[in-house]
Amino acid sequence: MVALALDLKANAAKALADTELQRALLNVKRGFVTKRAEAKARLPEFDRLRDEARAIKLHTLSHLDLYLEYYERKVAESGGHVHYAPTAEDAREIILKLCRDAGAKLVTKGKSMVSEEIGLNVCLEGAGIEAVETDLGEYIAQMRHEAPSHLIAPIIHLNKETIAGDFRRAHAGLAPGRTLASAADLVAEARAVLRQKFLAADVGITGANLLIAETGTSVVVTNEGNADLTQSLPKTHIVIASIEKLVPTLEDSCTILRLLARSGTGQEITTYTTFSTGPRREGDADGPRDYHVVLLDNGRSEMLGGTFNDMLACIRCGACLNHCPVYATIGGHAYGSLYTGPMGAVLTPALVGIDHARDLPNASSLCGRCEDVCPVRIPLPSMLRAWRERDFARGNPTFLERTALKLWAYATKRPRLYHALSGATMKVLAALAGRSGRLKRLPFAGAWTQSRDLPAPQGKTFHQLYAKRTRG
Amino acid sequence: MSVSEENRTKVLDRVRDALGVHAPDMWREVNVRHRLVTHPSGTIPARSLGNHEACLALFSGMLASQGANFARVHDPEGVVKAIAGYLTDLELPTELRISEEPVLVTLPWLLAPRLKQVYGAPSPSDKVGLSRAIVGAAETGTLFLVSGAGNPTSLNFLPETHIVLVDAGDVVGSYEAAWDRLRGLYGEGTLPRTVNWISGPSRTADIEQTIIRGAHGPKRLAVVILDG
Repeated sequence: MVALALDLKANAAKALADTELQRALLNVKRGFVTKRAEAKARLPEFDRLRDEARAIKLHTLSHLDLYLEYYERKVAESGGHVHYAPTAEDAREIILKLCRDAGAKLVTKGKSMVSEEIGLNVCLEGAGIEAVETDLGEYIAQMRHEAPSHLIAPIIHLNKETIAGDFRRAHAGLAPGRTLASAADLVAEARAVLRQKFLAADVGITGANLLIAETGTSVVVTNEGNADLTQSLPKTHIVIASIEKLVPTLEDSCTILRLLARSGTGQEITTYTTFSTGPRREGDADGPRDYHVVLLDNGRSEMLGGTFNDMLACIRCGACLNHCPVYATIGGHAYGSLYTGPMGAVLTPALVGIDHARDLPNASSLCGRCEDVCPVRIPLPSMLRAWRERDFARGNPTFLERTALKLWAYATKRPRLYHALSGATMKVLAALAGRSGRLKRLPFAGAWTQSRDLPAPQGKTFHQLYAKRTRG
Repeated sequence: MSVSEENRTKVLDRVRDALGVHAPDMWREVNVRHRLVTHPSGTIPARSLGNHEACLALFSGMLASQGANFARVHDPEGVVKAIAGYLTDLELPTELRISEEPVLVTLPWLLAPRLKQVYGAPSPSDKVGLSRAIVGAAETGTLFLVSGAGNPTSLNFLPETHIVLVDAGDVVGSYEAAWDRLRGLYGEGTLPRTVNWISGPSRTADIEQTIIRGAHGPKRLAVVILDG
């Protein structure tokens, strides 16, 4: 489900006090941020590829109807089936029917955010079909009945000791005295348990990182190989993907794949990138007998051509999350929505309505790092601002927020008043701070000063300095 | 209209409405057709534009950096010896599940009597798999493996050790050059059921971002380049 429990302020306070989470979040900075910078440095063409990838996605979006029709035709030519799903409910119904038609009791799943978005696991389990996540992180999240907290590292918020405890509970049939001290122990146990699921599954469901119109192909990337065992062993392979995943050609997919892993994990390329076209061919040694693609709209067509059109260019690399100071402080779950970080703060209101997600675009300092690292240069800060404007226009902010903003607007439109006020404020703050130069408490900003001191302003205001320098 | 046709019409109509397309527009269609037929390349990284020897060096270097082993040999005898040596050195099982590629079937297996060859679809108990890559892209040390009659896709993922043979002549610079090879073999706009890009052994960093090899797929990837 897109919106889980949107209570950002309360969640954020809890996240800040969660020492395990804070320890885990340090890994984001140590790992992904440094590795992306190194990968970018190794590829001098990186920024040019970003421009090209953006152009590819925007071109596809502006011709989306035609590419969808062509893609659909190519899938049919290769023996596969395309199903359009206007809403999440439609998608669940279609997939449930396909699973029932296949006589499915056990379904294995590759990692798919769209599958989370439509709440597929709950739906399948309600119908008596066991659905098993096979990406290691997703498997652990599912075991804990949690949503993923990061696009590409779903359990970045957990430490290995916590996971070991989960494994002892979930794998109760295994020897109680076994060692689960290291990440390697945990991976080995999950590998053995999930291998049996792969072999027994009736249907395999994967997402898609890209759909290629030229050949009617779905593309999925993993490092684990789980999506491949998911889709090559069962009788039926179902792909669930949203309509904006389309690109025109194999060449276009290359440009995007050169950016995806480098931006996300800092790898040159993911270990596995798999291109699937239809069901198994005559004479093929293995592969699924049936191949279905479910194309989800669920609010995306309403974003097309409008203010939030560019958000549909997102390739879900996770770079904006990794570089976001807010995400790094509170983690993914605090957002209370499936899509988190800057991309989630723009996308979620588009999918569920700003009235239900107004805290998300407000939880940003608009520092701009997300746009700086976005592989398709989505103007995330200006989109966050656009949501704030809509939120204001709809009368959502509280009386206090509105009054403060109105007073601010009144002053900024009157430069003399503004300069007089800012000059006076500076003097008052400096006097309040005294010799220490720091303010421990500040009226109306108690929450801010609770966890840090405000350095008192020193010297002159910007405008005073500017006036002096231009005169001198 | 059936439900599935209704759904299709609904989504496509919404897309057209949002884009302001209210009647067929020839120029849009020409634009799309042109792109699909000409499939123009974007920027190809300069690193992959070197001569063949440079590409081979880049290919091997990238594979090594991603945790794959590789050997460069000059005749089919060398392939068998390299495989036998690799399995012996690491004390790995010596039974090989082999895809029914003629190149692999006809290798001089008698030179390594300790190796046992099993052909056909893989079974979950297979420990070592041997496949052939149809082409390799040097830019990231990426092998292209295709599904087909003698080529089960699951062989690339089930065994713990995966050995891949690639002909040096099939190593090209970029992904685009590799796709051109496949277009030459399968035709424009057509791909085999599965094309696997493989760029190292299976790995995960989900637990505390610690990299562990052998998440679900092979723990080891060994690449033999046949240059002769």
